[in-house]
Amino acid sequence: MKQYAVGIDIGSTCAKAVVLEPSGNIVRRLVQPTGWSSADTAQQIQTQLSEFIPQADIAATGYGRVCVPYAHKQITEITCHARGACALYGEQTLTVIDIGGQDTKIIRVEDGRVADFLMNDKCSAGTGRFLDVMAGTLGLAPEELYALAARGSGVHISSMCTVFAESEVVSLIGSGEEKENIAYAVVDSIVTKVAAQAARLLPTEGPVCLTGGLCQAQVLVDALSGVLKRPVLTCPDGRYAGAMGAAILAGGFSSGLSR
Amino acid sequence: MSDYVQMWKDLGMDLESHDTLCQVLPTAVGDVFLSQENRPKAMDFWDLVISEVHGIRPAELIEEQKKGRKVFGTFCVYVPDEVIMAANGIVTGLCGGSQFWVPGGEAVLPKSTCPLIKASVGARLGRTCPFFRIADMYVGETTCDGKKKAYEILGEDVPMYVMDVPQMKRPEDIIKWKQEIAAFAKRVEEFTGNEITPEKLGDAIHLANEKRKALQRVYDCRKSEYLPISGRDALLMMQISFFDDPARCAEMCNRLADELEQRIRDHVSVVPVGTKRILVTGTPMAVPNWKLHHIIETSGAAVVCEEMCTGTRYFENLVDESKTTLDEQFMALSERYMKTNCACFTPNTGRIDDILRMVEEYKVDGVIDCSLKFCCLYDTEKYQVSRALKKAGVPVLSLETDYTDTDAEQLRTRIGAFIEMLNA
Repeated sequence: MKQYAVGIDIGSTCAKAVVLEPSGNIVRRLVQPTGWSSADTAQQIQTQLSEFIPQADIAATGYGRVCVPYAHKQITEITCHARGACALYGEQTLTVIDIGGQDTKIIRVEDGRVADFLMNDKCSAGTGRFLDVMAGTLGLAPEELYALAARGSGVHISSMCTVFAESEVVSLIGSGEEKENIAYAVVDSIVTKVAAQAARLLPTEGPVCLTGGLCQAQVLVDALSGVLKRPVLTCPDGRYAGAMGAAILAGGFSSGLSR
Repeated sequence: MSDYVQMWKDLGMDLESHDTLCQVLPTAVGDVFLSQENRPKAMDFWDLVISEVHGIRPAELIEEQKKGRKVFGTFCVYVPDEVIMAANGIVTGLCGGSQFWVPGGEAVLPKSTCPLIKASVGARLGRTCPFFRIADMYVGETTCDGKKKAYEILGEDVPMYVMDVPQMKRPEDIIKWKQEIAAFAKRVEEFTGNEITPEKLGDAIHLANEKRKALQRVYDCRKSEYLPISGRDALLMMQISFFDDPARCAEMCNRLADELEQRIRDHVSVVPVGTKRILVTGTPMAVPNWKLHHIIETSGAAVVCEEMCTGTRYFENLVDESKTTLDEQFMALSERYMKTNCACFTPNTGRIDDILRMVEEYKVDGVIDCSLKFCCLYDTEKYQVSRALKKAGVPVLSLETDYTDTDAEQLRTRIGAFIEMLNA
């Protein structure tokens, strides 16, 4: 076993990396926009982690996993998120909801193993990209959109497609609708879609955990809990779940590691 | 395929567009088939046929037409080949499997039509498929709404006969299908000018059964823990069987099965022992649609069976050969064809039974249930397929795709994750 394990998760929006010690202790976290070139991003991560990489087992995940030439393994984000979530939440049986930049995954994990999973199809509705686009249309940063949404109510977006939903938002702006109500409608739309997808896999019992960058969006977590009628767990390192899982699997560390 | 230019010209094909199509095929064949290691030697026949897929067989069909034989183009495993063969007609499959033809189909069909139908209509209207040019008559059937309406468009400039497939499997439906077969036989007799006698129909039934048995023999070899043939190669064999002369098809499949049986005796496998075994179920894969098999088999698993029209639905169940009158023979044909479990039937519990049986027979580790986009029937049936498999403790992955390559990486992630799940 090498001194470190490195997990690199190159997603469509953000690239994340973590460096683990065999104890499971995270010694380094790293996040940066993926930008237009996954290969360049992978190279930048290599430079930033140069002190660890020669002494590390390395696994890459995420849609850019094929662009990390120095990784020893490539593992899909489904397996990595499942393993990472087990470690982050200290549970071996759970349902993971990952709202990513270009896809949303629902993963059933039983005894630390993936038992079943669903990914949304080509459409970006119900993903992080949807939130980004809508925030942009409203002239807001994503964080500002979440804050506003918490104060809004009463408005809904019916379109299933991001492009059409954007037209709806533009119409709402044109009709003088309050910005917080439109922000609420945006969050409501994504939550409704994710919940409908989750319903196909969700068991009646057991914890439900969110992973990915949206762990920080409390308004979304609350709304999702409301629709699913059960608590949705989050954690500050949620966005690193994929990278964590990759690191754990790269290093062959046991999945029941400490935080 | 340059030797065939004059033939294509004579068929009234759009040579310029057709060249574009022909240019991509060698690369695809190289990537999907020739790059594989340790292939059965008998695959050389199918490699040759696919390398000149628009040349060799079309030229044969044209020679037969010169002798007065008629060519019938079909789109479904429910159309009884035996009836056509008994009237000295020739059957050829017509389903389109390439994205190349889809835009041509979209020019006249709704966007929400499945790619198989779009490609078939596009191949006809674009004049870029010799089989669509050669066929003297098209035989359609009512197995889905998209096809039914597409046949009205195709039928505008080619003789079209549509068989009315029942939507349920009650005793009266089997009688109804027998009557459809009898009516079709009458039309085939008129069109070919040849009488269908019990002797001729008996011979045709026997020949079709021999072809089915040969295909089954190859599939039986795939049940072995020593997997003697890749899923891709088996799929290619299946796809070509819709176009080939039935006697030669049986001969070549038996020749392949001989080699595969020897490989099993010698413990020769095309994949390492322990490679996860996948059953693919769902909508048909028409030539040159090899997308799903290629992704599965380059992601570390092996396809061991196809529960689909280009698979077991084509050859499972034989026709009773003991009948001596046309009336009895038509009934025997109906009974055999009505055992095919297509999602157009309601209920269609037989398909679930088939899948569960094949999981056992082919020692399957996981099932991938994949339908073509906008196939409402197979897409809806995924719910029951998935539920039954989960109940039986068999992992299942449900997918939807089309003929484009744009979702290849997304499929690779899902399939990769599924295989990681099976290996965990």
